[in-house]
Amino acid sequence: MVSESVVELSRLQFAMTAMYHFLFVPLTLGLSFLLVIMESVYVITGKQIYKDMTRFWGKLFGINFALGVTTGLTLEFQFGTNWAYYSHYVGDVFGAPLAIEGLMAFFLESTFIGLFFFGWDRLSKQQHLLVTFLTALGSNLSALWILVANAWMQNPVGAEFSYETMRMEMTSFYALFFNPVAQVKFVHTVAAGYVTGAMFVLGISSYYLLKGRDMDFARRSFAVAAGFGLASVLSVIVLGDESGYEIGDVQKTKLAAIEAEWETHEPPAAFTLFGIPNEETQTTDYAVKIPYALGLIATRSTDTEVTGIKDLIVKHEARIRNGIIAYAHLQTLRSGDFTDADKLSFEAVKSDLGYGLLVKRYATNVVDATEEQIKQAARDTIPKVAPLFWSFRIMVACGFLMLFIFAASFYYCAKRIASEKRWLLKVAMWGIPLPWIAAETGWIVAEYGRQPWSIGEVLPTYLSTSSLETGDLWFSLIGLVLFYTVLLVVELFLMFRFVRLGPSSLHTGRYALEQTNDNKVAVTQA
Amino acid sequence: MIFDYETLKLIWWLLVGVLLIGFVITDGFDMGAGILLPFIGKTDEERRVIINTIGPHWEGNQVWFVTAGGAIFAAWPAVYAAAFSGFYVAMMLVLFALFFRPVGFDYRSKIDDPRWRSAWDWGIFIGGAVPALIFGVAFGNLFLGVPFQHDEFLRPTYTGTFWALLNPFSLLAGIVSLSMLIMHGAVWLQLRAENIIAERARIIVQFAAIILIVTFALAGLWIAYDIDGYQIVSMPATDAMPDPLAKIVTPGKGNWLTNYSLYPWMISAPALGFFAAIMTILLAKIRRSGLAFVTSSLAMTGVILTAGFSLFPFVMPSSTQYNSSLTVWDATSSHLTLTVMFWSAAIFIPVILAYTVWTYRAMWGRVTLEHIRKNTHSAY
Repeated sequence: MVSESVVELSRLQFAMTAMYHFLFVPLTLGLSFLLVIMESVYVITGKQIYKDMTRFWGKLFGINFALGVTTGLTLEFQFGTNWAYYSHYVGDVFGAPLAIEGLMAFFLESTFIGLFFFGWDRLSKQQHLLVTFLTALGSNLSALWILVANAWMQNPVGAEFSYETMRMEMTSFYALFFNPVAQVKFVHTVAAGYVTGAMFVLGISSYYLLKGRDMDFARRSFAVAAGFGLASVLSVIVLGDESGYEIGDVQKTKLAAIEAEWETHEPPAAFTLFGIPNEETQTTDYAVKIPYALGLIATRSTDTEVTGIKDLIVKHEARIRNGIIAYAHLQTLRSGDFTDADKLSFEAVKSDLGYGLLVKRYATNVVDATEEQIKQAARDTIPKVAPLFWSFRIMVACGFLMLFIFAASFYYCAKRIASEKRWLLKVAMWGIPLPWIAAETGWIVAEYGRQPWSIGEVLPTYLSTSSLETGDLWFSLIGLVLFYTVLLVVELFLMFRFVRLGPSSLHTGRYALEQTNDNKVAVTQA
Repeated sequence: MIFDYETLKLIWWLLVGVLLIGFVITDGFDMGAGILLPFIGKTDEERRVIINTIGPHWEGNQVWFVTAGGAIFAAWPAVYAAAFSGFYVAMMLVLFALFFRPVGFDYRSKIDDPRWRSAWDWGIFIGGAVPALIFGVAFGNLFLGVPFQHDEFLRPTYTGTFWALLNPFSLLAGIVSLSMLIMHGAVWLQLRAENIIAERARIIVQFAAIILIVTFALAGLWIAYDIDGYQIVSMPATDAMPDPLAKIVTPGKGNWLTNYSLYPWMISAPALGFFAAIMTILLAKIRRSGLAFVTSSLAMTGVILTAGFSLFPFVMPSSTQYNSSLTVWDATSSHLTLTVMFWSAAIFIPVILAYTVWTYRAMWGRVTLEHIRKNTHSAY
């Protein structure tokens, strides 16, 4: 059996590499469409400044994109290297969207990104705009397929367990693709990406406006970002993926944990604005509640219950007992010596097999699990409440802060006095980290909240790893941390450098730092 | 579903082959050029010429590799699980090496400092050389059999070490792969650079091709006379539900050559490898670099097909529990998944080829020193 430390280290490594990758993805998603908007204006109006904008923001896009690709590589292969049993158990379903992502999206994005940078003199204006658009389309389609795969981990539809192949097999590609969780996630995630792109452009433009340089360039960039950002942040909040939390058992559990809903209350449930979740007593201390709000947000109705944690544990315990029976039948079926009746009785309880597997963490032979072990496994079905409770609230707070920033920016842009509102420019500049904080905490909510499952109700995380030694994990983890840290430092160094240079880094002779001799030297060296 | 399960299993074996061949033909030349970068490029400007011949394309090319990984996950999940976790340390080294490429290409030109640029040049070198070598070593180990087994719930466990992968035969296979990509990268530079760089590349094409021919022949002899191949003694029907433990496998000398006597047409694969490699030497010599690129691609195709044909129907034989070996018939996904994936590939591979060709046409022409000097800030 795989040791606990291999499981823990594998989880740590996955969390680290995925969260790191997600530092770059949202900006790619959002900035690519901002480039399309800027370049479209250039093609329509023929104004050189919009070409310069496309090229300058494109330069920053490229610096970010390189690390997105670098860190994405790890993720494509990490399922096989570190989650071999997962790969065997669900590859039949989970592998398909990943492979289609490569064929449909990643090829598109990566083939055209080269032409985006190298094709300015080789292509007509329209052709180049098409190239930019296809790059953006590719990155967004890429997000679509990855989220189809990810949604299946949360809500595994369109698949069934086969005892003959000892794995999940796809039964409906249609159901997999149209997984309601996937739709909600896709809209929420790409819109969050657009917000990231907009905040990035807005904040950096504010910096130039505060410095009083390249005003025309910065004002126009600011305006594009304010409009795009306001539309995007509204979509993120209105189409927040809370609505996806009533679908599937794992999502329901996650919701209860996010809201620290220990008890099931009469609908519509109240929303806990603030409080300190206490795992020991299973209560939330100092809770400040808004009546009705949770019921409305989560169920979009006033008469549907939001199930509380205590009741969920009771429900899960019953499913674990069923799952142990399923496991016993599976053993009979795998031995090859079975009757049709055995097959039927397995089919009857098969949907709880995953719950039976949860016990494996405590009892090597699932069938011999003691009462205490079953209770322990049932408690495990609820992820730790406090990290989810807080991550979610941090994410939402960032979202509302950005709504305020974009709304104010848009308002003052419309009145054409945004560049005079220094307080707003300062807030926008210092607000640049907000979308990243929101994205990372959102990621924690979605994936930490899925525990103890790697595939909801189907496969526990504990069983999903490769049969590796602890030493293998230390080797890869240390290697990855070292590489990623150095690369991040280099990336930030370049990013800051080019942000400071601004559009002068294009060497067109039209921008601030190219106007005096001293500065010219600094620019040439870049 | 217009194809039956057995046919689809075969088609997917071919499609994985297509993706691997697509990978070596496209990403192969930019990896090869990356390996040659510090050696053929003597000055910063020469190196920039080399980088700019591959700059617009390497990113799309690398997707062949990523997609091959994804396709193996979807079509052969058992192989994806057993191979990637088994070759753990080797896979990590490949990843670490590949990390240097995106940042190397994109960040190198951003700062005009010799130490900065030289550091990335060696990064790009590693990003080409290490994967090229390790892929070959991995293939070599497939011929020897990999020490792994499945338990009754089909969890794969690898029982060897990383160092055991570096045995003489596999290292030879690594040199086959390395010389192949160096040849291909050099042909590309002969085609897309000019004057001194193209001339240096021209010499290297010939050297690399000779090494390829010699090591490929040596590997063949080694397999014929010294290495135990594997053979399936009995197995369920080819269209049965995939269960790697349901067959009986035995090792034995000469087994890797059985297919060539059963299906003599398969000899065309090694023949193509040798013939096309020889043609590459001749064409490079007379400076017909466009044709040399074609023959170099064909030579690599021949080498990969030879490996595939020899192993068939094995994909990853086990040397410790023979019956755990993974084959074309029992390592695959379900009928439905293979069908879905077949249609995705059938639709998208032609589309990908079409727009890839368009981007190459848009950027075609030799990259010159003048061009590099003129575009200090826009080119890489």
